Amino acid sequence: MALSSIWVVAEPSNGAFTSASLELLSHARSYGAAVSAITWGDNSSDLAAQAGDYGAATLYDVGTLNGALPGAAVASAIAALIAKGETPDVILIPSSYDGRDIAGRLSARLDRPVLTNVTGLVDDGGLVTEHPAFGGTQIVKARFSGEGPGIIVVRAKSFGAESGGGASATVVAAPSGDTGATGTATIVQSHIEERSGPKLEEAAVVVSGGRGLGEADKYALIEEAAKLLNGAPGASRAIVDAGWVPYSQQVGQTGKTVKPTVYIACGISGATQHMVGMKGSKNIVAINKDADAPIFQIADLGIVGDVHKVLPALIEALKTRG
Amino acid sequence: MNVVVCVKQIPDPAAPQSFDSSNYLDRSGKLILDEADTYGVEMGLQLVDKAGTGEVTVVSMGSGSELAGVRNALAMGAAKAIIVSDETLRGTDALGTAKVLAAVIRRVNPDLVLAATESSDGYTGTTPVQLAELLGFPSITFAKSVTINGTNVEVNRQTESGYDEVSAPLPALVTVTAGVVEPRYASFKGIMAAKSKPVEVLSVADLGLASEVGPAGARQEIIAVERAESRQAGEKYVDEGDGAAKIVAFLESIKVL
Repeated sequence: MALSSIWVVAEPSNGAFTSASLELLSHARSYGAAVSAITWGDNSSDLAAQAGDYGAATLYDVGTLNGALPGAAVASAIAALIAKGETPDVILIPSSYDGRDIAGRLSARLDRPVLTNVTGLVDDGGLVTEHPAFGGTQIVKARFSGEGPGIIVVRAKSFGAESGGGASATVVAAPSGDTGATGTATIVQSHIEERSGPKLEEAAVVVSGGRGLGEADKYALIEEAAKLLNGAPGASRAIVDAGWVPYSQQVGQTGKTVKPTVYIACGISGATQHMVGMKGSKNIVAINKDADAPIFQIADLGIVGDVHKVLPALIEALKTRG
Repeated sequence: MNVVVCVKQIPDPAAPQSFDSSNYLDRSGKLILDEADTYGVEMGLQLVDKAGTGEVTVVSMGSGSELAGVRNALAMGAAKAIIVSDETLRGTDALGTAKVLAAVIRRVNPDLVLAATESSDGYTGTTPVQLAELLGFPSITFAKSVTINGTNVEVNRQTESGYDEVSAPLPALVTVTAGVVEPRYASFKGIMAAKSKPVEVLSVADLGLASEVGPAGARQEIIAVERAESRQAGEKYVDEGDGAAKIVAFLESIKVL
């Protein structure tokens, strides 16, 4: 059965769609099906031009949420559209904080299964999803069975984002579903943590630290090296769990996927959980004192040595170059 | 303040993992409490302690009869456990899991449900929110901190650019990130006490959910498991004071410098 209708949950951020949302719109376009986007926010109808440019003919606008977290409101609006007779074959959702909330709520509301951590999609008489397993050494292929739309949550960077030059999407107000108590989680205040330099997912250079750094204070070396390379600092799950750095800097299965020009892993042994988030990097450099660390199996350049010596020396060398 | 903490018993993530003949994660070995769940258990204990009343109930489900992980949560200080243990749960998906957990949690009628953001084995990451929807609760995911203020739960929620202060009326569900609190180690006294704490074991039939679980309830199938294209290891040097220079030369060769 050919795909005839694909819906993409397109997440707004500062007056535009997030890059992960644009990746999904771009990919959805490739099937030749009708693509619709669903978005929300205070001025969401202003996004019609970008939605159309990336391939959506229709933009369903949930409108302002008045501070409510998007999960319940957006899921109930999508469920209400479907209850009115709309029949998407599949609903694609970016794997983000709010995207995952929407997927979970929608799955329970529609009583339809959800497939998450998807990194590839293939049309094989219905969509086949690809999921990395065991640190990305294996790929699990899956598909939905039964009636009704499947919900697919896709990891960032799985597809490229390319404008298709389409005309502005037609904006349709989405019906507001009934959320009851489920919609009562409200943002009281937002805090922006100022960070200089490029975003972790977009940086051409990522310098990441792990348990091998020994103590939280040593993470400053990672930040300094990243800054000198005009890159972003990243972290393994181990030191995020230990509270050294915030979760937003975590690279891996349970964190972000990065594909920089070069990824420099410092004191990271290469747990499968970490590797799946960075093995798509163009080049990988690893510094680790254990010559048998799994990270060396995927590193283009491996330095077996003490990160407390190699990293300061690298910082000095970069400073000398100015 | 009655808190339910959802926990999962998983194969040791540090040990080699494999799929079984049905392409499910092989769970035949020893199962342990998912470390990601210890943060929820600790948070629950602290919130109950602060409230001065109530208790922590641990809820879990699995296809085997393993109890060591749940006992570990009891040893940390949870008052009791309810587990759904049933062979027919093999192959249950995230939504099926949420349905089972919801049926159990309705019996407890808690003020707050805590869970990890995702398990360390399946890492689907949607079960807690599916559970909240089934319970009709508001949910706040990715909590960096959790406090109870009167009849509300107040959470600092991780965002892409920092964090949001989010408030929701109780009863509610919150998922906690690792590092939200420092989980205590079970004391010897705690381990001994855990042996006599109540553990209620239910079957899927007890909950009337037979058609919702297992592969049939999942309405999805694994059609293949394939080897991914593997990356080749490049050059490896033992640092003799020249490690940094080698990295600089490499960065030059790929035109990053």
